[in-house]
Amino acid sequence: MLKVKNQQYFHSVHLMEDKCKGCVNCIKRCPTEAIRVRDGKAHIIEERCIDCGECVRICPNQAKIVVADTLENLKAYKYNVALPAPAIYGQFREGIDPRHVMAALLAIGFDDVVDVAFAADLVGKKIREAISAPSEIRPFISSACPAVVRLIQVRFPNLVEHILPVLSPMRAAANIARNHVTEKMGLDPKDVGVWFISPCPGKVSAVNEPAGTEDNTISGAIPIAEVYPLIREKLNHNQEELDQIVADLKPGSGLGLGWARSGGENQSIGGSRQIAVDGIHSVIQILEDVERGKLSDIDYIEAQACVGGCVGGVLTVENSFITRRRVRILATDNAGRLDGVLCDEMACEALDNEDWFRHDRPIEPRPTLKLDDDMAVAIRKMEQMERIVEDLPGLDCGSCGAPNCRALAEDVVRGLANEMDCVFKLRERVAQLAGEMMELAEKAPPAMGHVEKKAEIENAIGEHSAKTKPDTEK
Amino acid sequence: MHFVFEVQGGDFNKAGDASSKVKKILQQIGSDSTVVRRVAVACYEAEMNVVIHAHHGFVTLDADINQVIIVVEDEGPGIEDIEMAMTPGYSTAPDYVREMGFGAGMGLPNMKNCASQMEIKSRRGIGTTVRMVFENA
Repeated sequence: MLKVKNQQYFHSVHLMEDKCKGCVNCIKRCPTEAIRVRDGKAHIIEERCIDCGECVRICPNQAKIVVADTLENLKAYKYNVALPAPAIYGQFREGIDPRHVMAALLAIGFDDVVDVAFAADLVGKKIREAISAPSEIRPFISSACPAVVRLIQVRFPNLVEHILPVLSPMRAAANIARNHVTEKMGLDPKDVGVWFISPCPGKVSAVNEPAGTEDNTISGAIPIAEVYPLIREKLNHNQEELDQIVADLKPGSGLGLGWARSGGENQSIGGSRQIAVDGIHSVIQILEDVERGKLSDIDYIEAQACVGGCVGGVLTVENSFITRRRVRILATDNAGRLDGVLCDEMACEALDNEDWFRHDRPIEPRPTLKLDDDMAVAIRKMEQMERIVEDLPGLDCGSCGAPNCRALAEDVVRGLANEMDCVFKLRERVAQLAGEMMELAEKAPPAMGHVEKKAEIENAIGEHSAKTKPDTEK
Repeated sequence: MHFVFEVQGGDFNKAGDASSKVKKILQQIGSDSTVVRRVAVACYEAEMNVVIHAHHGFVTLDADINQVIIVVEDEGPGIEDIEMAMTPGYSTAPDYVREMGFGAGMGLPNMKNCASQMEIKSRRGIGTTVRMVFENA
């Protein structure tokens, strides 16, 4: 597992300081306003960062990176199991069977592979059961996308109870894998590495800091992009070798594979009172609607931070629009396999273990909006913030290092920034000072005779006597 | 603490903006999440009423450590029969609005459920003022 010191929360997204030019691209794109530019470098506010990867995608200098595990880390264990995310199958050319990709994972160094799409088939069934039960809560929100779960924790704390307490296919796959290697093969859990092959930084963080469960059954996460060239090599040159190992593999059905793209999860659950939303900014809009009580006639929301779903993750390789098509074809080609998957011995046994699929602890809200713990103080800060906002130019240029004028005002009342950080305010102040300097410069010293001053005084006396005259006449 | 937000009748694109701002302010001052939720729902319903029925209006937020007061006033047709309007399911919203999923006749009853006090004043042809009080904690 990856460990970063002095952090309250685990984050996979990091800044490469030497590459950062201090431009404002990332601060403007971040959905939780979690980045500020200070001293010419971007700084991530870790309580707010949800590891969605938007900044990684937008950074023109590749200064934002995802720190994840590598294949090197497999050496720490005697036996290694790969859990490939469904998004991996769309990365390769059309016609590649998922079983060949799984076989290639074995060929590049893993000892076993449990398909996350296989677990997704089972999770889909569990979700269907969970949302069919009567409940006061509507709509439920999928817990499959960790960036969305974190978004809810930090920006929509009121909605944590809407997150359906069914574990993600990744977690279910890990439980299946762990059971298999310890119960069936008699291996010591300490000797077994379980590795998620991840399409995104969100999952890398979720692997290292689980939500809804305390068990950390996954040893680490390896980017799809890291295994891609090696798998590609095997697919191209070792076809026969792969053909010999595919027989024992258990890939998911078309429905399970479909989880790789937006809408696939809903399709696997079945039913009609469901919404699929993708792209973090669209997810925010839908969550706003849920908070307004507008979607109480909807049972379930499949929400994914990346446009297009997991295939749009920043740790994938292929253009997500191309991948989506391939996933659709794979889903259709393997559509009939669901019964086979669910009748599988491993699947039947897994389905009986409710706790392999359920959250065993609540997901806690992590609100970050509060201006102060004392409400009276927070109200004063709110009022002060509003006055500052009115005084700022409202151009949201980002030159101050905050994403918009309102965020700067918030930073000022939190004591983290100064109004003069605004280039326009600074220019105004400079102009004012320059004016004062001009005034001072025009003042001649007394020895040179107060010519202007004298005239001013004479004028003033003249005006005064003119004003007072009528009074004396009365 | 006093905030005023303008609402334009018929502008379905911006509908909900005022209540989103109200919600964010309450989160920033640290109101309890149930309070935020109730105010957000009630304020949104009231704002939608202005968008659906009226020409123009304002959402006003006043809050201190004890209570949150939302006043939504509009220039519009007014409510003909307030008692009738409070009946769940009763609606005068036009068809095109219902097609958008609004106007189910649950707005006012829903608002009343969320707020601890609600008063409606309305004059036909002039406009409507809804005042809602919530306990803040």
